Amino acid sequence: MKKSILTAALSVLALAGGNVYADILVAIAGPMTGQYASAGDQIRKGAEMAIADINAKGGVLGQKLKLEVGDDACDPKQAVSVANTMVNKQIVFMHGHWCSSSTIPASDVYNESQIPMATVSTNPQVTERGLKNIFRIMGRDDQQGLVAGNFLAEHFKGQKIAVVDDKSAYGKGLADEIAKAMEAKGVKPTLRESITAGEKDYSGLVSKLKSAGVEVMAFGGYHTEVALILRQAQQAGLKLMVMGGDTMTNSELVTAAGPAADNVFFTFAPDPRKNPSAAAVVKKFRDAKVEPEGYVMYAYAAMQLFADAANAAKSTKYKDLEKALRSGSFDTVIGKLSFDAKGDNKLPGFMVYQWQGGKYDYVKK
Amino acid sequence: MALALQQLINGLTLGAVYGLIAIGYTMVYGIIGMINFAHGDIYMVSAFIAITVFTLLASFAISSVPLALVLVLIVAVLFTSVYGWAVERIAYRPLRGATRLAPLISAIGMSIFLQNFVQLTQGARVKPIPPVLVGGIDLMTFDGFTVRLAYTQILIVIVTVALMAGFTWLITKTSFGRQQRSCEQDRTMTALLGINVDRTISLTFMLGAALAAVAGVMVTVYYGVVDFFIGFVAGIKAFTAAVLGGIGSLPGAMLGGLLIGLIEAFWAAYLSAEYKDVATFSILILVLMFRPSGLLGRPEVEKV
Repeated sequence: MKKSILTAALSVLALAGGNVYADILVAIAGPMTGQYASAGDQIRKGAEMAIADINAKGGVLGQKLKLEVGDDACDPKQAVSVANTMVNKQIVFMHGHWCSSSTIPASDVYNESQIPMATVSTNPQVTERGLKNIFRIMGRDDQQGLVAGNFLAEHFKGQKIAVVDDKSAYGKGLADEIAKAMEAKGVKPTLRESITAGEKDYSGLVSKLKSAGVEVMAFGGYHTEVALILRQAQQAGLKLMVMGGDTMTNSELVTAAGPAADNVFFTFAPDPRKNPSAAAVVKKFRDAKVEPEGYVMYAYAAMQLFADAANAAKSTKYKDLEKALRSGSFDTVIGKLSFDAKGDNKLPGFMVYQWQGGKYDYVKK
Repeated sequence: MALALQQLINGLTLGAVYGLIAIGYTMVYGIIGMINFAHGDIYMVSAFIAITVFTLLASFAISSVPLALVLVLIVAVLFTSVYGWAVERIAYRPLRGATRLAPLISAIGMSIFLQNFVQLTQGARVKPIPPVLVGGIDLMTFDGFTVRLAYTQILIVIVTVALMAGFTWLITKTSFGRQQRSCEQDRTMTALLGINVDRTISLTFMLGAALAAVAGVMVTVYYGVVDFFIGFVAGIKAFTAAVLGGIGSLPGAMLGGLLIGLIEAFWAAYLSAEYKDVATFSILILVLMFRPSGLLGRPEVEKV
């Protein structure tokens, strides 16, 4: 008698448990707090909108999607613990992380637990380690460094160019690639420097640039440091042009640097807002008072990618998803996504942009 | 040559800010013998108050820079000293007479509390203000390098010098200063002489917080961005400055702050910005090896 009650109770519990996991759990992870939190905010807004849209259309394989959010604050240690938490929650797909230095250690955890992930991290090492579960929906730093380096060599020929990085996996990787591309074109950087991210005082660097007569700084790192350097350069009476990477899409750069932000060039994938097929989604974001800049559309596309792949594979199991992602071609708001053997996407690479009056657009040649 | 002069200016400005924060550490250590690890976060709170008031003033269309600066300074100093008072009242006073470790742990807890409090209420994003005081004076040009003295740098140095003068007068010449110094020497005896020790300690905390508030406002004007984490790095640097100058010694705190500012500025310009913190802390270790009580600290005399 007692035993049967226990069994009944247990089976009710099991049923309840089953109900909780009836939704398909997908996750995003990135810096939701910390100094790069605005990027995390973009990712969250994009993913939330995508999931609402997908669920409104009936979800995936008849089930609703549910979003889990992980906060790594761009700290590699925290990224690994976020990854473990997500594995325990039994997510079936991850969009993240954002900082390359977080994505690289976290991806090992997802790979072990067989969870496919789509990332926007640009460091080449993200896909160069032979992991089968990683798909990159953004370009690579060696591509973006090449575009940036060539642009510098062409447009600022004869001017003194310094290459500076923030010592992070992303920043140093990108700066090295820019320097390599410049040297291949016969332009030697006047200075090669590193700074510590998260500090406030960069007057030492600014004086050094000024005394070396540097007019252009190629920077591998994040927008927060560029804003401070620009501001301090302005205070020191140094007119500095900056060439940065994909992180410069953040409008925080403009609020913090003021008009000096107009001197910032950067490389980023072709602007998805200009994609005719994305117009409806762009409008939807703007109606919701979210400007779909930076990584917003990428997060939206990552969720579309998952939904399409799962529908094509008719399964959310790792083996099926992985096969579908690798062999398929998917229409997303950032364009047609398909992946090579390493997991890098075949979209056209990078464009050069410039900030102008608080907005960014392609550079006018 | 011109670069050296420029870095001298930059280093002195940075050092003045470190010094202002360092005084808070050193005063509290002097009077109750503990390190107030929440002090860096008090400074961070003041920077947030400054940015809030600046935004408010802008919305009232107050565009006169001197007026805005004075208003921001007054509000920031008032609110921040209340924070300083509250921290002492809540976290340290109940532990007076406990082991030396108890208030130390309590201080670390307070520091984490303040950081999280600001992060949750103000958000984790970097808060910028548009440049308040732009421009500067070109001092000289040498080999194509123009030495620039920004108005904000002049402001920081002048305010720091004025504060230091006022502060020295307060400690050496007023009755509060005498009470404060006697508390430092012997709290029990001071109490026996009819001086309200608790009140003196509270005032010391408020003074330290007020100086940190001035530093917070200056930094907000100088760098233009604030986030909830700035207290940590600044706190560590200022604490190092206090130890380098000799903890417990007021001129020592200022001297330590200036030294650290100058070391950082020159190292970053002439050697490598990468290793500037390594340099700073190596020098701290060297100084402590040869002068364990810091540059201007008096070695503690064992009473028999």
